[in-house]
Amino acid sequence: MSGSVGRIYRVAGPLVVAEGLSKVMMYEVVRVGNEGLIGEVIAIRGGRVYIQVYEETSGLTVGERVEATGRPLSAELGPGLIGSIYDGLQRPEKEIGLRTGSIFIKRGTRLPPLNRDVKWGYTRNREVGVGDKVGPGDILGYVRETPLVEHRIMVPPDVSGYVKWLADDGEYTVEDTIAIVTSEGRDIEVKMYQLWPIRKSRPYQEKLNPVKPLITGIRVIDYMFPIAKGGKAAIPGGFGTGKTVALQEITKWSDADIAIYVGCGERGNEMSDALTSFMKLNDPRRGRPMMERSVFIANTSNMPVAARETSVFLGVTIGEYFRDMGYDVVMVADSTSRWAEAMREISGRMEEMPGEEGFPAYLSSRLAEFYERAGRVRALGRPERYGSLTIFGAVSPPGGDFSEPVVRSTVRYVQSFYALDYGLATRRHFPAVNWLFSYSLYIDFVRGYWDSITNWSVYRETALKILQREAELSDIVRLVGPEALPEEDKLVLEVARMIREDFLQQSALNPVDAYSPPEKGALIMEAIMEFYSLARKAVARGIPVAKLRELRCRTMIAQMKYYTLDELRSKVYPELVSTFRSEFEKLLGG
Amino acid sequence: MEGLLTVRSTRSIIGVRGSLLFVKAIGGIKYGELVEVSLDGTSVLGQVIDVSKDVAVVQVFGGTAGITPGRTVVKFYGDTIRIPVSSDMLGRIFDGLGRPIDGGPPIVPEDYLEIHGAPLNPALRVPPSEPIETGISVIDGLLTLVRGQKLPIFSGSGLPHNRIAMQIVRQASVRGSGESFVVVFGAIGVTYEEVAYFLKELRSMGALDRTIAFIAPASASTVEKLALPRTALTAAEFLAWDYDTHVLTILTDMTNYCEALRELSAAREEVPGRRGYPGYMYTDLATIYERAGRVSGRKGSMTIMPILTMPDDDITHPIPDLTGYITEGQIVLSRDMWRKGIYPPVDVFLSLSRLMKEGIGSGKTREDHREVFSQLISAYAEAQYLRELSAIVGTESLTPRDRKYLEFADLFERRFINQGEYERRSFEKTLDIGWEVLSVLPEEELKQISPQTLRKYYPKYRASSGG
Ligand SMILES: Nc1ncnc2c1ncn2[C@@H]1O[C@H](COP(=O)(O)OP(=O)(O)O)[C@@H](O)[C@H]1O
Ligand SMILES: [Mg+2]
Repeated sequence: MSGSVGRIYRVAGPLVVAEGLSKVMMYEVVRVGNEGLIGEVIAIRGGRVYIQVYEETSGLTVGERVEATGRPLSAELGPGLIGSIYDGLQRPEKEIGLRTGSIFIKRGTRLPPLNRDVKWGYTRNREVGVGDKVGPGDILGYVRETPLVEHRIMVPPDVSGYVKWLADDGEYTVEDTIAIVTSEGRDIEVKMYQLWPIRKSRPYQEKLNPVKPLITGIRVIDYMFPIAKGGKAAIPGGFGTGKTVALQEITKWSDADIAIYVGCGERGNEMSDALTSFMKLNDPRRGRPMMERSVFIANTSNMPVAARETSVFLGVTIGEYFRDMGYDVVMVADSTSRWAEAMREISGRMEEMPGEEGFPAYLSSRLAEFYERAGRVRALGRPERYGSLTIFGAVSPPGGDFSEPVVRSTVRYVQSFYALDYGLATRRHFPAVNWLFSYSLYIDFVRGYWDSITNWSVYRETALKILQREAELSDIVRLVGPEALPEEDKLVLEVARMIREDFLQQSALNPVDAYSPPEKGALIMEAIMEFYSLARKAVARGIPVAKLRELRCRTMIAQMKYYTLDELRSKVYPELVSTFRSEFEKLLGG
Repeated sequence: MEGLLTVRSTRSIIGVRGSLLFVKAIGGIKYGELVEVSLDGTSVLGQVIDVSKDVAVVQVFGGTAGITPGRTVVKFYGDTIRIPVSSDMLGRIFDGLGRPIDGGPPIVPEDYLEIHGAPLNPALRVPPSEPIETGISVIDGLLTLVRGQKLPIFSGSGLPHNRIAMQIVRQASVRGSGESFVVVFGAIGVTYEEVAYFLKELRSMGALDRTIAFIAPASASTVEKLALPRTALTAAEFLAWDYDTHVLTILTDMTNYCEALRELSAAREEVPGRRGYPGYMYTDLATIYERAGRVSGRKGSMTIMPILTMPDDDITHPIPDLTGYITEGQIVLSRDMWRKGIYPPVDVFLSLSRLMKEGIGSGKTREDHREVFSQLISAYAEAQYLRELSAIVGTESLTPRDRKYLEFADLFERRFINQGEYERRSFEKTLDIGWEVLSVLPEEELKQISPQTLRKYYPKYRASSGG
């Protein structure tokens, strides 16, 4: 356990340089100064060790002691994660509040991430017996952590051997031993929790192609630019374009088993807003509070900058851990730009060669390390399990200009790109996803799913073409006014408007429409397409678009999103179909 | 101060660059500690911003002129910058480091607090949900300020942001008996004329007993300007969290603060970020603005309204841009509106109060607030579209309905947004004026308003019901 001890040579903000630490490794955790502040070795140059300190450094003095711990920065993984609110170093913030009685986070506070006193009801896996050979990922038992989450206790990735002893069903704390595994004559006590270095991806048997969409309940994502379970997506946009709302909605409504929300260098009030709504809202599929399947990491913009990076890697590590249990996990990070800026700050203090806009040259590879941890996998261990980790990262480009380094590096690693548009946001078109610049490379993976629900491949293409055509026509309209267009084009504009207003726009504030199941979006789009096809016939017969605009079915389509799927199916849609029929029969027949 | 701390001193100055002083390190220098540099007869303060075994770099809060290696004495105080705080500060005026500048006696401190503060525990925050009444219709009605929010004003040079600031200092209040309310006003890098204006206003207003002012004029040192927002917020936090007070802190002009930050960064020879501003400006501003909030178990609240002038009226300039990324919305002033003679000249479309929805409605402002708000905005948007259209096709081709909208827009700007500098309107008054301007439109155009609300508040029905 005992590492070497050195002395502080220099303090410059979050960067501390130490001398005399003879045997440290890169990324090893060190305790800095008399208060033992947590730091991580980020460079070793000659006899000097460069340490990034994750807590406020004022008051540190040259000559104070620096102690190496011999291990890398690791996450504690086990029962108690769900419902927790952690900072970037996995300190439990609620408990810190209780323990210190202060409303502020003071440095130097130490509390274990997982509560040591709680006793969890443990059920042994009957498939495993004494004398059996077990290996990484094998499930030893189960803990019902919350009504929504069964925590599967796994053999840690670095343990294998023969089972010597197994704990019976019972109540245990995370530190109690639940199995003893003998490996090469050595006994290893397996507890209910394990440690894993956050910068290292957790092992799996194989990475697989995605097969299913992650349903987010947001129409513009699910229908237009779908994301797959195990996918990786970026949501870039200037301030106020709706990144945070989008990420909150995704964590709330996605059909994932576990949701992880990482607030990295963003607002405190947003975190408390998210926390409050996660307690209040129920998961739409399972009717229990969303908090019962969620983990929060809150490292707000005023908290130590260096811990932004750890907050992101901590989130991914917890995500992989639940993935390994065989769950579908969604993790969102708001915002990766703040993390990139933290990298820039540290790099500047290290006097490294700056790359573009002062970001370090390794910005891109660091982003890759993060996004590459998403994916669908066949997990290690028995019984056989498949799990996925889907990642959404917000990007906050200066001035909303996407040509800056963080956006440009990010697009290289993500497969779905949701470009948020300032113009749409000021017109209160939310979600402000620009349909011309956004894309998804998961179309072919989710086609089977969608085409079994609706005529998706055709309708989606058609809708995107109409929107594209609208963009071309709007240049003409700006010059000559809308009246100068031929009727066919006016119809395209009208239908484009329907797609935008009645389908794409979806208010997160509307309790009925905030979550839109795929079938609901499918029905709305079917209605719009039906309208389009009938209206085209009408226009061909010389009926002006102005007249079609006044039809009752047009208004009914606009109302569709304010109904639940059940109401749509049982009442609204059948009524709409008959209104279509009667209104167009009258027009075309007369 | 000296008695409390272990003071050590040295004369070994290695060099001076801008406001930075390089000193040969002596034992025990702490990162961030306070330093006093004595010149002939006078002295300036400073802070350690980098320390190694060999050298300590001191940021000097004032000119470095007159520093002479070998003669000048540098004293290290052994602690970070703290200011004395007390509830006696009410009614007083201080400089950026918390020293009285109103000719009054020194305050009797109840505590000495570090001006950098500490981050609020995110898990203990409570979402802001109660309004502050500024008495200004366009803010209270359409951009409601909520206790615990940080909502900036984005202005431009020559626009009347200082007058708006003083109007808010005069008028702002919270409802509810037993709620105490205080305004902390901080002015950073402001001109002589502005200082004179603020002092005159502050002294003439009856509200001075519930106000604390901090002023660092343009002539103050870079570091005093950088300290001012933190000093002001430290006093504000003391009242909010220790005295259960709702505190509104107004900081003007944060553009001057950011310029000071850029100056400092250049002196340190740091790699500049966009347009020369340091890469950490986001974080730096966040440590100021994130001091806003509410927390469970405390009755008080911290609300922050920073005011900044956008260089070249450019909202994508790093100062407004980074601010917008931190704050919960923005109130944007418009030169066009100002030219039209509208005060306060707010651009309603570019402005947004992100926390408004939680802070309005029955029991907070009035039950019809939400609907009146949506209706005013959507009608004004329609009118704006028609204004543009009529600029292309001419007003002749507009329908009577369209003309009503144009009439509405004019009235909305002149009657609702426009308001006297000394006119204080209650929430009710603001909403009543909203109804008055909406009544220009035919009833069937008021699609955002439910029939019940319409029957209760639409002027036509109100008059007939004798209410
Ligand atoms: N899907 C949405 N539905 C309704 N309003 C939205 C939606 N997305 C954003 N908004 C509005 O825009 C504001 C800013 O959104 P936010 O997500 O905080 O932006 P960002 O994180 O990009 O700065 C919100 O406060 C809300 O008023
Ligand atoms: Mg955001």
